[in-house]
Amino acid sequence: MTSSRSIWIQSLLLLAILLVCVFPFYWMVTTSLKTQVVALESPPVWLFEPTLANYREALFDDGVLRTLMNSLIIAISTTALAILLGVPAAFALARFEFRGKKDLWFWFITNRMVSPIVLALPFFLIVRQLGMLDRHITLILIYLTFNLPIVIWICTDQFRGIPYDLDEAARIEGASQWIILRKICLPLAMPGVAVSGIFSFIFSWNELMFGLVLTRTTAKTAPAMAVSFMEGYNLPYGKIMATSTLIVIPVLIFALLASKQLVRGLTMGAVK
Amino acid sequence: MPGKVPRKTIFAFIGPSVIALAAIGIVPLLYAAWTSLHFYNLTKLKRVKFIGLENYWDVLTDSVFWEAMGRTFTLLSIALPLQLALGLGIALILHKPGLTLLKTLARLSLVLPMATTYAVVGLLGQVMFNQKFGVVNQFLSPFGGGNINWIGDPTNAFTMIIFWDVWQWTPFVALVLLAGLTMVPDEIEEAARLETKSWWTVLRYVQLPFLMPGLVAVLILRTADTLKLFDMVFTLTRGGPGSSTELISLMIQRVGFRAFDQGLASAQAIILLIITIILSQIYIRVFYKEV
Repeated sequence: MTSSRSIWIQSLLLLAILLVCVFPFYWMVTTSLKTQVVALESPPVWLFEPTLANYREALFDDGVLRTLMNSLIIAISTTALAILLGVPAAFALARFEFRGKKDLWFWFITNRMVSPIVLALPFFLIVRQLGMLDRHITLILIYLTFNLPIVIWICTDQFRGIPYDLDEAARIEGASQWIILRKICLPLAMPGVAVSGIFSFIFSWNELMFGLVLTRTTAKTAPAMAVSFMEGYNLPYGKIMATSTLIVIPVLIFALLASKQLVRGLTMGAVK
Repeated sequence: MPGKVPRKTIFAFIGPSVIALAAIGIVPLLYAAWTSLHFYNLTKLKRVKFIGLENYWDVLTDSVFWEAMGRTFTLLSIALPLQLALGLGIALILHKPGLTLLKTLARLSLVLPMATTYAVVGLLGQVMFNQKFGVVNQFLSPFGGGNINWIGDPTNAFTMIIFWDVWQWTPFVALVLLAGLTMVPDEIEEAARLETKSWWTVLRYVQLPFLMPGLVAVLILRTADTLKLFDMVFTLTRGGPGSSTELISLMIQRVGFRAFDQGLASAQAIILLIITIILSQIYIRVFYKEV
């Protein structure tokens, strides 16, 4: 095979990959710019006069803006909480020796595997009895079940990469472990902390089932809102796609920022 | 080489996380275990009573439960081989030298499906696979498939679920395998390519050993994620038509929240949890030996 032909085949295949990955997003965005009449043309049209009416209607008349704000508040709070709790724990796992460390690891990894429905059932009953249905704090807390393990895992890995000599030097100077974490290790571990924050944000922002089961109106998240458009016979396709676009764009930006670490994070470090 | 640290310090660092995770991750599970031993229906809360293992017996002898389990593993056994084959192909294309810019673009585009909100994937599915004004049927019409009822037909609906699972997670497999391919030392790969012209021989005897950890990770994580799969299928088909796409998570959700039988649903959830813990054990044994 001549090498120029193989280059051609390779570029065609690469273009195909690109196209298959991106096309659904293209279709989502263009559908969001169609009026209902255009969206219901059969077969679908590719050229039309775009309109922002769906966005205006979804955001302001149907309250998608409020649910986006809810999602934002919940995702940011749970991420902040996960980092606040997770970073010191990660530091301890990376630096201290103690019994039960192995079991703790096992527990963290298991949390990655547990189906959310397993927790959603008892959580619903408990939250209902405590009168905490439809509150932001409920989702902020329950999202810790997957955010905290991921933050702890990524940060432990990051702390392990920092030379221990630095700690040693500081300790001789009389610094406490807390000072060592804050003044020496944390600044060096910032990239890892940032990546774990991005992960935590993406997972919380994307979550649907807990949002569906544990919120009604006040704390309703954006994905739950998008799904609620799916009721009835004549579906507002343009509006559904406009809402979808608004939900997906921030995640895609974050994912591209963390693209180098995405695989590592998703496999909890099994694949470097 | 970590030094000795007083217990109090260790607890101060790690205690808050452990307590938080126990409160939200373990207490609810204990509560689910308690519920699973009771007759507990949300519409008949006055009649909650202890019934021992009856719910478990009902689950284990319930054909609907095993059908949902079977469906979940059917999805896995069709989607995973597709993801592995396509993912390996993509990884090999991305591993070939040359075309740096196009390769970078392709690699970035692979990140997008994985990050997409599951619920949005389901909504996109509704729009693109619509029988009358969906773009998929428009693509298929030159091949005589322009009027396929994707959402309303049991087999087609299941095919659609497979399609979206493959679309969303083939990139993951591809990037995991690509990471494995880049671990092969250049001089070994080059030496092998001088020996043989067959890409298959290089793959089988030189690259495969480096791909093994990634393959095992994919196998276990895809299994766990398929057992977890809810959002995408729920938005796309709600488990229908009939129960043709009702995976295990959807079934438990229906029993617990749409049929209100929390006792039975909890028993189902506990059984699912046991399966998950066994899976995690395997995962840990394979990957975290050194911890």
